[in-house]
Amino acid sequence: MKEEKSDKSAKKFGMVIDLDKCTGCGSCMVACMAENNVPFKEDESKKLVSITWMRVYRLTNGKSFPDTEICYLPKPCQHCGGKGEHGHSPCVSVCPATATDYNKETGIVSQIYTRCFGCRYCMAACPYHARYFNWWDPVWPKGMEEYLSPNVSVRMRGVVEKCSFCFHRYQLAKDKAYYEGRSDIGENEYQTACAQACPAGAITFGDLNDSGHAVYELKKNKNAFRLLERLQTNPKIYYLSSRQWIRRAGDNYLKNEK
Amino acid sequence: MDSKIISGELKRCSTWQFALWISAAGAVLLWGVYAMLLCWFKGLNQTNMNDSYGFALWIWADLAIIALGGGAFFTGFLRYIIGKDELKNIVNYAVIIGFICYSSALIILGIDVGQPIRGWFIFWHANVHSMLTEVAFCLTCYLFVLIIEYIPIILENRRIDNIPFFHNLGHNMHSIMAVFAATGVFLSFFHQGSLGGVSGVLFGRPFAYREGVLIWPWTFFLFTWSAAACGPCFTILITKITEKITGKRLVKDNVIELLAKISGWMIGTYIIAKIIDTVYWIKVTLPATGFGLMDFYSNNPFYGIWILVLEIVICGILPALILISEKGRKNRYGLIIAAILAVLGVCINRWVLVLQVMAAPVLTFETWQMYFPSWQEIATTILPLAYGIIIISFSYRYLPVFPQEKELNPWTINGGK
Repeated sequence: MKEEKSDKSAKKFGMVIDLDKCTGCGSCMVACMAENNVPFKEDESKKLVSITWMRVYRLTNGKSFPDTEICYLPKPCQHCGGKGEHGHSPCVSVCPATATDYNKETGIVSQIYTRCFGCRYCMAACPYHARYFNWWDPVWPKGMEEYLSPNVSVRMRGVVEKCSFCFHRYQLAKDKAYYEGRSDIGENEYQTACAQACPAGAITFGDLNDSGHAVYELKKNKNAFRLLERLQTNPKIYYLSSRQWIRRAGDNYLKNEK
Repeated sequence: MDSKIISGELKRCSTWQFALWISAAGAVLLWGVYAMLLCWFKGLNQTNMNDSYGFALWIWADLAIIALGGGAFFTGFLRYIIGKDELKNIVNYAVIIGFICYSSALIILGIDVGQPIRGWFIFWHANVHSMLTEVAFCLTCYLFVLIIEYIPIILENRRIDNIPFFHNLGHNMHSIMAVFAATGVFLSFFHQGSLGGVSGVLFGRPFAYREGVLIWPWTFFLFTWSAAACGPCFTILITKITEKITGKRLVKDNVIELLAKISGWMIGTYIIAKIIDTVYWIKVTLPATGFGLMDFYSNNPFYGIWILVLEIVICGILPALILISEKGRKNRYGLIIAAILAVLGVCINRWVLVLQVMAAPVLTFETWQMYFPSWQEIATTILPLAYGIIIISFSYRYLPVFPQEKELNPWTINGGK
């Protein structure tokens, strides 16, 4: 795995997802939708027009019974740092209206809903299909408006949205720390909804630059890999798997390549 | 009824015939406008686009019609900057076609964005690193240049020209047209190029991504080149269609042949550059990302290697050879076939660099996605065609678009179509 360069003074929030632990239960997806006011429709069977900031894929090794193996792979936005960690993410660099931004203090790729005018160039640029377009205005079942989170704005028709690493939680944790006279926040003070909801403890979230955070060591595991590393998108989601075919499924290889 | 405003002594069809013709085009236009309003008021759920196809038919149409409208800047460049004087007989029409193409592209872009009312954000919150920003600025500026180039043609209308102010204005604008032509060439170089850059910079999409010089991927230069090469073929094609419909010869053969010859050499050199680019992409760029050529041309119901052969050989090398050869371009059918192939070739190039990019999977556990546009997308894409027919019809009827028309059709004065 290529070593990425980084500014050690800045935070670089990321995730390590242990695929050996993931059962594919979908709790992370549900938690994400509830936390971030992600809209849904009556019929959610058409996955290409439904919004799932966190989406669990089902992978198989392609072999027939009894050698069939299954793996569930949760895929949020990869919060790519781009070549050299300059924030030259595939999406950030192309947005014509600066509606998506790379935060150099946190490494989080944000989406400014009120500035997005829906050209969808970022979606065309993202190889992970981590960006979703609001093809409809959100309609909540009667009474459900009461359950919406006041910390996350609801998006209107015609704009793009995606996983924010629950950035509002980071802001709340920062506010609390400031109020208590602290300059920094602890590892457990800022956790994403999906990481907290995973019953198998497959998702670990933290600062990839901070040696005190669990992800710092986990990402160095020999079984760690990232999706499509060869494209030099430099994602911040690491996956762990003890199975070779899964690690190989993370990237593309030429036919004669080992 | 409108004979007093029809230019010069040239006779045009009767008013009722003209009204019928415009009504037919108008009906198609209204169908497109209805679809456009549906998209604006109900949203882009009226389309068959989805999260895999963020870019689809409309973006292809934009890229294609801007490439085809490239005949305006390149003919202007040849006429005013290089000094090919014969082309004054077709430059008016090239400008009108260019104006139609560029204004249509802006209309389609206005429908294509999810929040059209926020369209101005592209200028206000401009991200200078985005190719689309460059496209928006240059495209808008160039449309103004085309309007400025169109105005003197309008001022030549018989009735308007009788007013001394407009007569002098038109005359003075003609005398400084080289400045606008040069401006148009400069702007076109950048927006045609940046449209190529739109796909070329997508380093997350190996099918589209190209290396290049400084911030510009090779597609930047290839798009400008191909627009300059194939745009004139579109101008020739539309001129020939206009001649067929009106039943008159409007431009002398030597003018068409000169433009065809230059276009042939441009297509020839472009296609050599395109082949070099493709070979480098296959041998160097693609393998570095773990992909092989056939990963993008197999395991799907539509995109086979045939599309690459069609674009480069049938619609690239073949029209170049026909137009470069004197015999080929002087042959009536040879000229038309070559022009059609060149136009088709540039449209296929834009298609694959938009639609095939979206269709091909990058993650190993995703599959090819196919797409067919909704009727609303088709109607709004046909809209510019109807709009173009109307603009051309009015221009042909009321403006002296073709300086050689009178000389070529002396028998139709006071009695023709």
